[in-house]
Amino acid sequence: MTDIHDTRSQMPLGLAQRGYTGVIQHLSAKDAGSALSDVELESRLIELGFVEGARVEVLHEGLVGRDPIAVRVDSITIAVRRREAMAIIVA
Amino acid sequence: MELPLLHLALVGTPNSGKTSLFNALTGSRQKVANYPGVTVERKEGFFVTPLGRQVSVVDLPGTYSLRGRSPDEEITRDFVLGKATGETVPDLVLCVADSTNLRLTIRLLLELKRTGRPMILVLNMFDIAARRGITVDVERLAKELGVPVVTSIAVRKGGTADLLSLTDEISAKLAAEPGENNWRALSVAELRATQREADRIIADCVSLPARPDTWTARIDAIVLHPVGGLIVLAAILFVMFQAVFAWAQPLMELLNSGFDALGEFVHATLPAGLLQSFLQNGVISGVGSVIVFLPQIIIIFLFILLLEDFGYMARAAFLMDRIMGGAGLHGRAFIPLLSSFACAIPGIMATRVIDNKRDRLTTILIAPLMTCSARIPVYTLIISAFIPAREVWGFINLQGLVMFGLYAVGIASALAVSFLIKFFMLRDYAPAPFMLELPDYKMPRLKSIAIGVYTRAKMFLHRAGTTIFSMMVLIWFLASFPQPPAGATEPAIDFSLAAIIGKALEPLLAPVGFNWQIAVALIPGMAAREVAVAALGTVYAIEGGKEAAEQIGQVLATKWSLATALSMLAWYIFAPQCASTLAVIRRETGSWTWMAVTFGYMLVLAYAASLLTYNVAVAFGAG
Repeated sequence: MTDIHDTRSQMPLGLAQRGYTGVIQHLSAKDAGSALSDVELESRLIELGFVEGARVEVLHEGLVGRDPIAVRVDSITIAVRRREAMAIIVA
Repeated sequence: MELPLLHLALVGTPNSGKTSLFNALTGSRQKVANYPGVTVERKEGFFVTPLGRQVSVVDLPGTYSLRGRSPDEEITRDFVLGKATGETVPDLVLCVADSTNLRLTIRLLLELKRTGRPMILVLNMFDIAARRGITVDVERLAKELGVPVVTSIAVRKGGTADLLSLTDEISAKLAAEPGENNWRALSVAELRATQREADRIIADCVSLPARPDTWTARIDAIVLHPVGGLIVLAAILFVMFQAVFAWAQPLMELLNSGFDALGEFVHATLPAGLLQSFLQNGVISGVGSVIVFLPQIIIIFLFILLLEDFGYMARAAFLMDRIMGGAGLHGRAFIPLLSSFACAIPGIMATRVIDNKRDRLTTILIAPLMTCSARIPVYTLIISAFIPAREVWGFINLQGLVMFGLYAVGIASALAVSFLIKFFMLRDYAPAPFMLELPDYKMPRLKSIAIGVYTRAKMFLHRAGTTIFSMMVLIWFLASFPQPPAGATEPAIDFSLAAIIGKALEPLLAPVGFNWQIAVALIPGMAAREVAVAALGTVYAIEGGKEAAEQIGQVLATKWSLATALSMLAWYIFAPQCASTLAVIRRETGSWTWMAVTFGYMLVLAYAASLLTYNVAVAFGAG
């Protein structure tokens, strides 16, 4: 069980299902297609605690298109749309 | 020797308990205003330290960093840096942290330290942290951060004692010149490095238990359930509106009879004449008819503040984000639009939480379509006079159904307008991101709520005492002068300025079924919608004597056709009948154009809706 993250391939958090748990590998704002500039999106994600090594868990999903998602990031919960969550690469 | 006023500033992330700490420190000694040039609420309070030092403390808008990506956050940054116009540089910055959630605040504090301002880290809600088994090595944390650290429990009596004595201790040594300001906007790499540094310090000084807050998880399992959550939200809104209409009723009737009795007293005490008429018809019935809404204003703000304090508002935004997104609205628009049911002014001011300009503009433009509490008196008056109070389908009250319908039409048209704006004006833009912290649930703090409600009630009464009072004096004047010539047989008001203005407007409003008395009432109704009721009262009172004023509903039922009444209801859903709202739109958008756009589109909708309603009603024989 301990090496599950080694065998699992990387994916954007924006594609994760409810109940998914993983660790943030890196941020890649240019892949998100957000209305924000890459720098702005990355800054905001970091300010909300999305940094490399943080443990994430998808706790809840919205009704329409399973969007937005509520993500546990270490000790806090953040609501974010899937579009922006595409910038967070997890494994 | 009298020491100068000590200036403190409270800085912290949203949900850090900053405002409850502010309320605990200052009690009701608060002054709410705006920062010059912007409509960011400026909250300043005062208190005295144990050693007798006079202190002023400013509660700055919550922020995650000093980058300043919204007007609120810019204020916080400029204030701390001493660049805010007309503000004193704070002598001491209190950085407030939620003890159960230090990550984001410690990062903010590391950034704040670069400004060189003297600073204290306040570990707020320390009791909750202790209960959850979180232990903080306060001494080590202070050493690692290079900043004094103090724990506090804002909601408990004496919970801020340590903070107060530390403030005394530090302010005694403040004479030394402040540190150098090395702050500049952080690059992404620096931001990441600061977060890592913060995480390292937390790992060294704080031990987190394995168990997170189980209550929050349990509540969220229901409240954030995709379907269950929406049902809970609908139930909460239902209770809220039920409360606004049903619970407020006895209090409103009490206020009403109080003002009636006062009017009677003036009538009986003073000799008949201009002064008696001015006090009874102009001042008491006019201002009284507005103050009657105080219970409803208090109840709606009580609900909003309770839900906010509990931590539910962020969840409501989460649930509504995509649903409102279909109409081109941002999830964060939910709270401002909800506030607009109380009054569009706080609603429009609350759009500041939406950091994207275009999302914010759309929300501002449709906020006045939400049925504000000022429309309630107009609706209730007309509904009770014209709609029979019978049951339909066995259990639904017809009057209540019409009221609900008026609300529903308001909401539906707001969504339609938003959709049209998105479709025609702001077509070429990707939706702004929705990123929001969902804080752990907390028991609402009664004292904090009470202070919040009190502040709002005070603002409402202030408005009633100034704007609305002066408009009532004006309408009384217009309705009373010039006096009729001696020996005239027609009612006195037929000779007044009000009648002249009303009759001049009548041809314009005749197609929608309005008579000149309505035209007269609509003019002061621009000051505040509810004044129209008082103005109708004044117009018909002066025309028909005292009995008419007491029974305004019955008078309307004899003077208006059903078609006119329905047309008036339709008019009130849409009409831009509120100068204060327009003024706030002008201020918030910084543009006369958007104010004119709002006024124009609402007027067109109102006229069209009334025209349609009136003609359909007449066609059905209600004319």
